Amino acid sequence: MSERERPTRGAYGVLAFPVAMLVIFFLIPFGIMVATSFYHRVEGAFWTPAFELDNWERLLHPVFLERAVFSIGICLLAGLVCVGIAFPFTYFLTRMRRRAHVTLLIVVLSALSLSEVIVAFTWYILLGRASGVSNILVWLGLMNEPAAYQPSFVAVLLGLAYIAFPYCVLTLYPQLTRLDPELTEAAQTMGASPWRTFWTVVIPIARPIIVAGFLLVFVFTLGSYIIAFFLGRPEHWTLSVFIADQASAQANVPFASAMAIFLTLLSLLVVGVVGLIESRTRRI
Amino acid sequence: MRVFRAVVVTAVVLFLLAPLVVITVGSVNPSRYLQFPPDGFSLNWYGELFTDPGWQDSIRYSLTIAATSAALAVLIATPLAFVLRTYRIRLAPVIYTLGILPFMLPPIISALGMQVFWLSVGHVGRIENVIIAHAVFFSTLPLVTISLAMETMDRALPEAAQTLGADRRTTFRTITLPLLVPSMITGYAAAFVLSLNEYIISFLVAGFTVETLPVKIVNGLRYGFTPTIAAVAVVFIVIAATTFTLFAIFGNLMKFLGADPEILEKNG
Repeated sequence: MSERERPTRGAYGVLAFPVAMLVIFFLIPFGIMVATSFYHRVEGAFWTPAFELDNWERLLHPVFLERAVFSIGICLLAGLVCVGIAFPFTYFLTRMRRRAHVTLLIVVLSALSLSEVIVAFTWYILLGRASGVSNILVWLGLMNEPAAYQPSFVAVLLGLAYIAFPYCVLTLYPQLTRLDPELTEAAQTMGASPWRTFWTVVIPIARPIIVAGFLLVFVFTLGSYIIAFFLGRPEHWTLSVFIADQASAQANVPFASAMAIFLTLLSLLVVGVVGLIESRTRRI
Repeated sequence: MRVFRAVVVTAVVLFLLAPLVVITVGSVNPSRYLQFPPDGFSLNWYGELFTDPGWQDSIRYSLTIAATSAALAVLIATPLAFVLRTYRIRLAPVIYTLGILPFMLPPIISALGMQVFWLSVGHVGRIENVIIAHAVFFSTLPLVTISLAMETMDRALPEAAQTLGADRRTTFRTITLPLLVPSMITGYAAAFVLSLNEYIISFLVAGFTVETLPVKIVNGLRYGFTPTIAAVAVVFIVIAATTFTLFAIFGNLMKFLGADPEILEKNG
């Protein structure tokens, strides 16, 4: 840090372009969005400048609060499911030989590179009646006739877990490769079974990173749009879907803006908590 | 424990690969409707992808947007990463946070912000609107990769160049920039792939006039499944998996993802 040079005039000049881009195309749009959230909505047109709190009051309606609680709830649940599976998976992954290790990483990264649109669409088919997994069960003689599992709450949860899973693995991965194998070996030499070692040594050491991974999944799934839209009924929609629906189909941009700011504050809160946890666990 | 490990790893691999299997089967099924078990093999749907004018337009839009917005993202990120990591600038943390903020927040925030911005400016439904929106949103990725490269770079190299009489500009051009190129390429590739996949920003900013591949897929799905969609998806996946496999062969994938170098040696 100390060896950094004093900035020259040229250095500030170089910064001008990127900072201008971020200010013009992120901060100013955000500012316009904040202003719009106080504007008056005009049916059939867009909006007129005004200063009213109607859109914000609407956020306090039980209907909206119920939606907000639902989307926070399903995203928290997705976080739990994801971390619950991703943690043991990543732990085993980091202890594998190079070939299996790299192959599994490629599988994870391939899943990561799938567009949310494609994930939603394939699970739509997999959980559908026409050509989904139930057909395989019928074929195997385990079921009498194919059934549809979407749209449903479980389908949305599954889709959210799918898109977040690779990110969750990649967050846990760097820390778990740094977990000293001598610790687990010591526990086992002292007579602990592999199970007991996993529960009493590995998990307590990794607790902060587990929490960080969980919160990351939470924020990530909160931003997901297509999954809930395709695999759920309107009662399974998350905040992102409501915002997009208000902004496009309902043409109520002022209310969409108010909801978007609410979502921003919620995400910033969670990101702040993650930052706090990470700065505390740097020394693992 | 061994049984538990086998169960977890197998279940996860099946879960992650299930969508890939479905669309691959769907894309080579000759019938218009996806069915199980498939009733033959045909590559017609891939052919349609390259002959149908609608899909052609979408492919062109998506590739143009991904290629130019990723380039613009690198142009935004490189000076930020370089100046913030070279000079002592008081506002550095604020500027860096501004650089990663768009990507940290749910994409719907950028999407709606950009929508109201272009409506206010009166410049609606153009392809450049999407390019700029994607560039700002995804500039975080090259910003992170290039900043990391700046941190791990050997400071002695640019210093030696300056001791030998090179001015700042020459030092940057001949020493620093070449050292940053790999991280710029990684950042570009990440921004490119994510831009290609992005839906909600493209849709809200210019979804009715500039139909990118994800937007076209979703519009198509409203009218039901067509195997062409599965063919598009397979093409996407093959591109991505090839990129990562090449990475694993020629680069060190594990190190790139942040693995501890010591452990890697032990696992051999």
